[in-house]
Amino acid sequence: MYDAPNLEKTVDQKEFKITADNVQVFYGDTHAIKDVSVQIEDNTVTAFIGPSGCGKSTFLRCLNRMNDTIDICRVEGNILLDGENIYDKKVDPVQLRAKVGMVFQKPNPFPKSIYDNIAYGPRIHGLTRNKADLDIIVEKSLRRGAIWDEVKDRLDQPGTGLSGGQQQRLCIARAIATEPEVLLMDEPCSALDPIATAQVEELIDELRQDYSVVIVTHSMQQAARVSQKTAFFHLGNLVEYGETSQIFTNPIDPRTESYITGRIG
Amino acid sequence: MSAGLVILIVLLIAFVGFFLGRTRAYKSAGGDIRKLHSRPNYYGLTVAIYAAVPALLFTILWLLLQPLYIESQVSKMIDAVDIPDGGSLDLVMTDVRRISDGLDVAVNAGTMTEDQIATMRADLSDLRARLGEVGIAVASDVQQNVLDAAREYRKLSTKLQIAMSVIVIGLSLAGAFISMMRIQPDYRARNTSEHAIKALLILSSFVAILTTLGIISSLLFETVHFFQLYRASDFFFNLTWNPQFRGGSDLGILPLLWGTLYVSFVALIFAVPIGLLAAIYLSEYASKNVRSFAKPAIEVLAGIPTIVYGLFALITVGPLLRDYFAQPLGMGNSSSSVLTAGIVLGVMLIPFVSSLSDDVINAVPQAMRDGSYGLGATKSETIKQVILPAALPGVVGAVLLAASRAIGETMIVVMGAGAAAKLSLNPFEAMTTITVKIVSQLTGDTEFASPETLVAFALGLSLFVVTLGLNILALYIVRKYREQYE
Repeated sequence: MYDAPNLEKTVDQKEFKITADNVQVFYGDTHAIKDVSVQIEDNTVTAFIGPSGCGKSTFLRCLNRMNDTIDICRVEGNILLDGENIYDKKVDPVQLRAKVGMVFQKPNPFPKSIYDNIAYGPRIHGLTRNKADLDIIVEKSLRRGAIWDEVKDRLDQPGTGLSGGQQQRLCIARAIATEPEVLLMDEPCSALDPIATAQVEELIDELRQDYSVVIVTHSMQQAARVSQKTAFFHLGNLVEYGETSQIFTNPIDPRTESYITGRIG
Repeated sequence: MSAGLVILIVLLIAFVGFFLGRTRAYKSAGGDIRKLHSRPNYYGLTVAIYAAVPALLFTILWLLLQPLYIESQVSKMIDAVDIPDGGSLDLVMTDVRRISDGLDVAVNAGTMTEDQIATMRADLSDLRARLGEVGIAVASDVQQNVLDAAREYRKLSTKLQIAMSVIVIGLSLAGAFISMMRIQPDYRARNTSEHAIKALLILSSFVAILTTLGIISSLLFETVHFFQLYRASDFFFNLTWNPQFRGGSDLGILPLLWGTLYVSFVALIFAVPIGLLAAIYLSEYASKNVRSFAKPAIEVLAGIPTIVYGLFALITVGPLLRDYFAQPLGMGNSSSSVLTAGIVLGVMLIPFVSSLSDDVINAVPQAMRDGSYGLGATKSETIKQVILPAALPGVVGAVLLAASRAIGETMIVVMGAGAAAKLSLNPFEAMTTITVKIVSQLTGDTEFASPETLVAFALGLSLFVVTLGLNILALYIVRKYREQYE
């Protein structure tokens, strides 16, 4: 992009929100991600599926440079967000993470009030000038997180007092509050019961209107329900990437078929 | 047979009973352990407990009551005329005991025979000299009545000693036998022995609690004694501390309390920020290598004896502060000062604050950090706004623990702060603390009868109340925040 780009390439990069190109990840001597290239579209839910230890979470964490917090982790290759390499020296991972929000496997609300949990991001990024603005952002985020009605009367209560499903929706609302462009979700429903899972899945579908959502999941049914694109990882390789309907009904690679039909993984 | 030997025999019975019980249990199940309610060891343990515990409890009780019984029997033999002027029955009884013990020693040494003792008369034989030969000193010449009493004392204690041995060993054997008889496959041996172990655990925790109560009550008793001799309002509100061993002293706690709080305050001002920042560096920023070296290195500070810190205060910090700060600023020329003691005390407290805070910060789940980083927070924002608030109860606990240490510290303060009881704001002046004055009021050959010595107990109790208050405050804060954060 910084070298003279040809016209066609520029067009390509405009269409895709995130473009990963030959990404390699090493944990010490372990080669965890091998040569993964993938294009993630805007306003789309992209699901990463695959057996445990296949590297899908590791790859997800590359997309907002969360792997930087692990000392022994080394990432090679290019990942472009809106055409800009996020591993470039001039990119501050802190700023990047404001643009690429993340929701984790286990709900991890801060030991603060519900209000302060949501206001945390906007406060540190200086998104508001006064309390009234902040109130608006908090309410909007909680509404988008589909949890406003449940917590509007107890915003000053600790977020840790909510149920697991509510906590996870609170964490999603917290991630939304910083107005990211991409939302990464690392098995967001694995600690939740079926009802809470259904609520979160519904929420993910709504979030697609405004964000590019990338979700790692162990549940193939969930991937089929919420995503439009699916990527299948196996042993650190990206085996197959395509339309969700195609992956689940007519997989090209025999490994994908084996996984989907339950023979491996 | 002495009590020690009896206890040894009881333990032996219990030991043998353990193996017998185990074997018996094994046999009762026909060699198939799975038919037993509990494992064979528990049956053995039950036998051992039945053999030892009642017998030992009985021994303790007997040993407590035996002297009381003998005294009451023997003291009847002492007439009022035998008690010398200015003496008391207690003193005569002490003589009786000494003579009785002396006779035992003499018999064992072979200088007297039982027959000689039985026929001995106080006015004819020089008992005092003969007891002196075997190393027993008796205060005055022995009266006939006293000698008779001593003989009776000896006879009674020998008789009771034998009775005790027989009863205790019998009890032990009976306990072992009864529990052996009860062994059968469905006897709930594990429950029985675990109840006994639980009782032991409860007893152990009660020892700690009772010791605390004992300390408090002894302090309380002497303090009440002190307040009978010295007015409480003077003690609490008098602004001068000036003990005179001739009497007429001023014993106001306020200058000492002020010194204590001032020195502790200075110490905490140094220790808390440094310790906390060190803890943050160690837990959040330091690499594994630095951490594995730096954490033990800081904790070495906690292992240095306080007297060594005192020397450091006396010969290094004190003169340094005097020459470079106090004198140029014209604020005093004493090398002992509040600041000297406070700084050195603060250095001593750094590992308390840093080590405990470090543990607490490490205990904050990684998920909290990930959550914060995932929202685009920097490391310092994460530490300030997520980690420290989550770790706050533990940090407060660490600080209050350090404060308790500071208030109770003696050696550093003696050598660093001086011994002058003063109410002053100047940190370069020598002051003193409650602990230092407790030591100085109690050292030397004094009896606990004058307000000047008894005041030490009142000071000790005051100190105890202050640290107790701090600990309660710490508990309250930790509990309050824990509710909110979990």
